Amino acid sequence: MGYADYPNMGVEVRVEGLTKSFGHVNVWSDVSLTLPAGEISVLLGPSGTGKSVFLKTLVGLLRPDRGSVWIAQSDLTKLKERDLYEIRKLFGVLFQDGALFGSMNIYDNVAFPLREHTRKSETQIKGIVSEKLDMVGLIGAESKLPGEISGGMRKRAGLARALVLEPQIVLFDEPDSGLDPVRTAYLNQLIVDLNQQLDATFLIVTHDINTARTVPDNIGLIYHGHLAMFGPREMLLSSKEPVVRQFLNAQRIGPIGMTEEKDADSLAAEAATGVRLPPLPAIPLQLRPSDFRARRAERVPGQWCRENGVTPPEGSFQ
Amino acid sequence: MTLIGEFLIYCGHALRAMFRRPWQLREFVQQAWFISSVSIAPAALVSIPFGAVIALQLGSLVRQLGAQSFTGAASVLAVVREAGPIVTALIIAGAGGSAICADLGARKIREELDAMRVLGIDPVSRLVVPRVAASMLVAVLLNGIVSVVGVSGGYLFNVVMQGGTPGAYLASFQALGQLPDLISGEIKALVFGLVAALVATYLGLNAKGGPKGVGDAVNQSVVVTFMLLFALNFVMTAIYFQVVPQKGS
Repeated sequence: MGYADYPNMGVEVRVEGLTKSFGHVNVWSDVSLTLPAGEISVLLGPSGTGKSVFLKTLVGLLRPDRGSVWIAQSDLTKLKERDLYEIRKLFGVLFQDGALFGSMNIYDNVAFPLREHTRKSETQIKGIVSEKLDMVGLIGAESKLPGEISGGMRKRAGLARALVLEPQIVLFDEPDSGLDPVRTAYLNQLIVDLNQQLDATFLIVTHDINTARTVPDNIGLIYHGHLAMFGPREMLLSSKEPVVRQFLNAQRIGPIGMTEEKDADSLAAEAATGVRLPPLPAIPLQLRPSDFRARRAERVPGQWCRENGVTPPEGSFQ
Repeated sequence: MTLIGEFLIYCGHALRAMFRRPWQLREFVQQAWFISSVSIAPAALVSIPFGAVIALQLGSLVRQLGAQSFTGAASVLAVVREAGPIVTALIIAGAGGSAICADLGARKIREELDAMRVLGIDPVSRLVVPRVAASMLVAVLLNGIVSVVGVSGGYLFNVVMQGGTPGAYLASFQALGQLPDLISGEIKALVFGLVAALVATYLGLNAKGGPKGVGDAVNQSVVVTFMLLFALNFVMTAIYFQVVPQKGS
């Protein structure tokens, strides 16, 4: 089918009415969204809302109960196992802990996809692997085993392996979990730089709002078994929708409770006490590539707000 | 019930993948080496006392009947027909199967298998097929080792400790046993290797719930393969007696 022949500009992923449950437990239902080609999107949600399940459904590791995932002209949910292995070559996935093969060193891990899928010589492989390891800053750690390096390094090695087949779609499963704020900042910068260089479609699944506020072009929020909202970053950051507002600003006041959504009584009680939501914080500037040349999907700060007649909160885009 | 169905579907998938290229020769050799390294020593150590026990059981009885010259015959018959396959089953399930299950289970919970699928590689053909093939090969070889070591153990015990004559022991080898006994033993071992590896890989690939899940899977794999292999051993022995005419009957 030749999925690998796509021009190097990212592939659009269209999700329609996706529903998934395990036994009687519904994870989320009727999720529809489009990941625009070449753009960075973030999928946010409280812990345990099935963000990772969504990601695994996108690559066909899990089959949804209903709905479709369209990539180019193929509905991924209807593909046979063998075609699925073919279309997955479009994907690069960074798993939570890197998911490196424990029996191989870093170099062999990154070289693994090349050795399995291409007929490249060892010299060519060495060139590509060194380039990717350089990209993620792991030159010098090639001969280490995954058990001997830190979690952050494992993540970066996993990223190098995910990128080695030049994927059109890159999925990140909580790239910031278990990292300290400094490393998270470096990794976020790396993600933005990679998007500039690869022009691939990125989806980051996370619950870190700092990442969500500064990195992506688009934000989606999964809450209480459905997609609460999906759209441009500025749209969600200026939204007054209670759930979106509460989550993106990490507040206690709002519909999201400690365990699940609050019931009507406690919401009414909350309203009765007269606490008011603090004003929306300013929308920060989007993180830019480190060489300050624009990414292809980059928009002018405040563009969405101007086009849609929304007044951004005081002090935004400074 | 659904579990058995899923397992059978999985077996079909694995067996079909076995005859499809690309074949992972390197992984196969590594696995065969690995399984042999964990199973040869225990197999040999278990089979020596096995041969000795048979010699011990038979020795005094046979002497009272004055049929000492048949100790060798009985020993060969017992070791090649029964002890060989049983010891092979024990070792393949207990040492080989548990190691395979633990390895795949650990990979599963570390998301290595998902990562592999995402990289466009089917873990069944990349990991399972070489393991199943290696386990079959090693089982056949183990059965050979167990037969040789068991008979030698019986010989040593009979000749050195019970004062039997070496010539009589060796000469009576052909009295009861026959070549088809050995062949049936090897076929049994082949099937045991196949079944043990299929069960171990299936449970390993489906381990869930963190490190404890891997432990549970290994435990289940050993118990389930033991039961399956002993049942299979019975069925195959019954078939063998129906199909192959026996000496002295």
